[in-house]
Amino acid sequence: MNNDNQKNTAKLPPIGGIEGGQKNKSDFLDINAYLNQDENKDLLRLLTAGSVDDGKSTLIGRLLFDSKKIYEDQLSALERDSKRVGHAGEEIDYALLLDGLKAEREQGITIDVAYRYFSTNKRKFIIADTPGHTQYTRNMVTGASTANLAIILIDATKGVITQTRRHTFLVSLLGIKHVVLAVNKMDLVNYDQKVFDEICAEYKAFITQLDVPDVNFIPIAALKGENVVEPTTLMPWYHGKSMLEFLESVHISSDRNFDDMRFPVQYVLRPDLDFRGFSARVASGIIRKGEEIMVLPSRKRSRIKEIITYDGNLDEAFPPQSVTITLEDEIDISRGDMIVYPDNLPRIERHFESMLVWMDEKPMDPSVQFFIKHANNTTRVRIDKIQYRIDVNSLQKSSVDHFELNEIGRVVLTTNKAIFFDPYKKNRSTGSFILIDPMTNNTVAVGMIIDKLNAEDLPSRIVDEKTLEATKALIHKGECLITDTQRQKRYNQQGTTLWITGLHGSGKNELAFTLEKELFDQGATVVLLDGSSIRSGLSNELDFSPADRTEHLRRVAHISKILNDQGIITICSFISPDESIRRQVVQIIGENRFKLIHMDASLDFCKKNKPELYEKFEQSLIENLPGADLHFTIPENPTLMLKPENRAQNTRIIMEYLADSKIFPIV
Amino acid sequence: MTEYSLSHLKELEAEAIHIIREVAAEFENPVMLYSIGKDSSVMVRLAEKAFFPGKVPFPLMHIDSKWKFKEMVEFRDNYARENNWNLIVHYNKAAFEAGVGPFTHGSKVHTDVMKTQALLEGLSKYKFDAAFGGARRDEEKSRAKERIFSFRDKFHQWDPKNQRPELWDIYNARVHKGESIRVFPISNWTELDIWQYIRLEKIPIVPLYFAKERPIVNVDGNLIMVDDDRMPKEMADKAEMKMVRFRTLGCYPLTGAVESEADTIEKIVEEMMTVTVSERTTRVIDFDQDGSMEQKKREGYF
Repeated sequence: MNNDNQKNTAKLPPIGGIEGGQKNKSDFLDINAYLNQDENKDLLRLLTAGSVDDGKSTLIGRLLFDSKKIYEDQLSALERDSKRVGHAGEEIDYALLLDGLKAEREQGITIDVAYRYFSTNKRKFIIADTPGHTQYTRNMVTGASTANLAIILIDATKGVITQTRRHTFLVSLLGIKHVVLAVNKMDLVNYDQKVFDEICAEYKAFITQLDVPDVNFIPIAALKGENVVEPTTLMPWYHGKSMLEFLESVHISSDRNFDDMRFPVQYVLRPDLDFRGFSARVASGIIRKGEEIMVLPSRKRSRIKEIITYDGNLDEAFPPQSVTITLEDEIDISRGDMIVYPDNLPRIERHFESMLVWMDEKPMDPSVQFFIKHANNTTRVRIDKIQYRIDVNSLQKSSVDHFELNEIGRVVLTTNKAIFFDPYKKNRSTGSFILIDPMTNNTVAVGMIIDKLNAEDLPSRIVDEKTLEATKALIHKGECLITDTQRQKRYNQQGTTLWITGLHGSGKNELAFTLEKELFDQGATVVLLDGSSIRSGLSNELDFSPADRTEHLRRVAHISKILNDQGIITICSFISPDESIRRQVVQIIGENRFKLIHMDASLDFCKKNKPELYEKFEQSLIENLPGADLHFTIPENPTLMLKPENRAQNTRIIMEYLADSKIFPIV
Repeated sequence: MTEYSLSHLKELEAEAIHIIREVAAEFENPVMLYSIGKDSSVMVRLAEKAFFPGKVPFPLMHIDSKWKFKEMVEFRDNYARENNWNLIVHYNKAAFEAGVGPFTHGSKVHTDVMKTQALLEGLSKYKFDAAFGGARRDEEKSRAKERIFSFRDKFHQWDPKNQRPELWDIYNARVHKGESIRVFPISNWTELDIWQYIRLEKIPIVPLYFAKERPIVNVDGNLIMVDDDRMPKEMADKAEMKMVRFRTLGCYPLTGAVESEADTIEKIVEEMMTVTVSERTTRVIDFDQDGSMEQKKREGYF
């Protein structure tokens, strides 16, 4: 293979140094100039909203067709001016150029977002063409998610209608910063300025309620091509730009968030042991070589050593560049972690409020724990509360208990682990997420985060380290006048936690109560903590989801710790299904006074012991049952492993252990 | 104007790299389908960029219909060797040994057996759960609405009526066992973008894209090149030398050339911008039946 040849052809040939005759030479220079200019064009993604009746297809057809003609014209040597046969008299149906959606409609196929591409000598454009009716709200939301700008079409003979309001609401919901109201069919109202002004005034009054920073108004007659590509001649009262001139010149590069640096690690690059790179798209802000950074969630700090790309290292990178960075220090970082500057942190929360658009044919089932995918992180999420549903046509709010397809509203969400986000308004990349149904794997909803919940609205609060540190500074530890030895002498025991783990129906509680009685009878000072006593009060707002289970046990562990500190023995009977939960508990209570007792019962034994509970599960009346749909990890090194079948001996085994280890020596 | 803005090509490049990395991060066993064409060449370069300074962490797979142009196969083997690619070449062995080919079995049977079936066979054999393809949305109207992460069921079928919503740059990569995702990282590129990128990045492509005198037979208006002696003699005898190039590459009996003088990328672009015929019209296979691309895609073809 002659690679060298290939490489040569890709280079720009010397002027006049190519074969092909005189005629081609001049062409060639022009095409090079064209390509060099083309190389530097930027990209504008736009959404068109409106129905075919408003002349949407005609407008898009005009933009596609006429701009193509324009760039052909640009190539002066090509002398394609003959193509410029005026369309003034004849009326071409531009809509025919876009047969895609039309064909779909005839075939009854899903009307979807279609992407179209065109370019002028100033810019490249991607049009997301979406249908306009209420039943296609989700399609429009999809198209709007990547758009910089939206063209909202209005029929000048009809003015601002319900559809206009709906489209504008969706555009503002998805955070599009530039809106162009294209008042079409001006030819049918005799290019009358008064009609145009009235429509604009009405629209302005409406859009000020919404959050769109840049609103523009352009009168056009798409069918005639008036004010679409070339500036208008028939509306001398209009002094602004034509539609295409506007699209070519609207300033979009400052729309991105360059203030809050967020680098959500997408891929850990480890080609060999010596190299450890972290790849991602810069979500927002500017990432700079040498800057000090913090990694979330570990909060470890380091500095940016290099910003690497195939085309050479960079001193700084900005959105939406895809780069790879290395750090000065070896820190354990995985996909989903976020690299930020220490003085500018995102929200780190499990509870937040969001606008949610339901995208699935199947209505929302709020009891399902969905997957949430957000900033390269996937975790479980629960819909805690629906604040309201908003009617896309009237913008009226109403209270509902679920959403149907295309419905939109404000919800409260709780994730299993904290996510790192910014409000969508400030940051499109770190404020957006999708929800995935765990059964079908479909993308069922999409969300735009509003913000974290106010503290008093929190369903359950897990204190983050920052608040914890602040709180600690305020609290002065009092000086206790009783020593541990004095307590031990008084009680004749060592404050210890006996933590009994095991499945539902394994006989944990039975053992706990027998043991409590035995210890009490022998003169020990003992407190029993079990699910029913804690959940009836202290944890009464928590459910059985993994996230809430963790919080519940965190509370139990702290009570037990306080009691142990006072020299009291606690018996804690909790399923505590996995190692990470148990580790958390151990950390709180302290390793040397935490004794784990595992009731090692088979699932069959438990089913026989508690048939009603497991039957309910079979009938899908309950979920999150450890050992069934929730994994139960058998503890690796329990202090004691007991069999429920040895009921008679189990208490004695524990008592002997307590005596041997001098926790409660029987006198 | 702020200095923090990217050219459209750099923006498309950043988007493609993000997509390619996402697949490598989310799937256990991805593969990049490599067709030897210009779009594939661009896609492979993007993959190299995505994992630089590391190696591309997944294999490339070429579905060899055994009727590709000789120059394509030569290019593939040399390029793979020089760049140290992990390249899998898969073909439908049984059908090849049974002598299936476009001249004897017609384009429809050949395409179905040697391309579609071979592809499905290859994907199943290696249990790939994600496969990159170099399709672009501007190529054809059924592609204009296809997702970047496009879901395939257990039978590798695409259901255009039931596509997953795809918003922002958040891609849903969850599949059940046996299901898979086809991924199109250059969805948003146009033909001009591809040529521009090849030009700027100096990406090697098969010489067949450039105009040259080649032995050509006119078959019902399609300019077919005589690439080997499997072409029926009575057909090959009618060959005459013509200055042609290929706008797309595939099986030589099914890929029509266009008469052209364009022997550089610049001339190709110039020609492209003045010719209004879309690029896939030189593919014979598209004319078999109405809406044939959508039909083929439903069946699992790219």
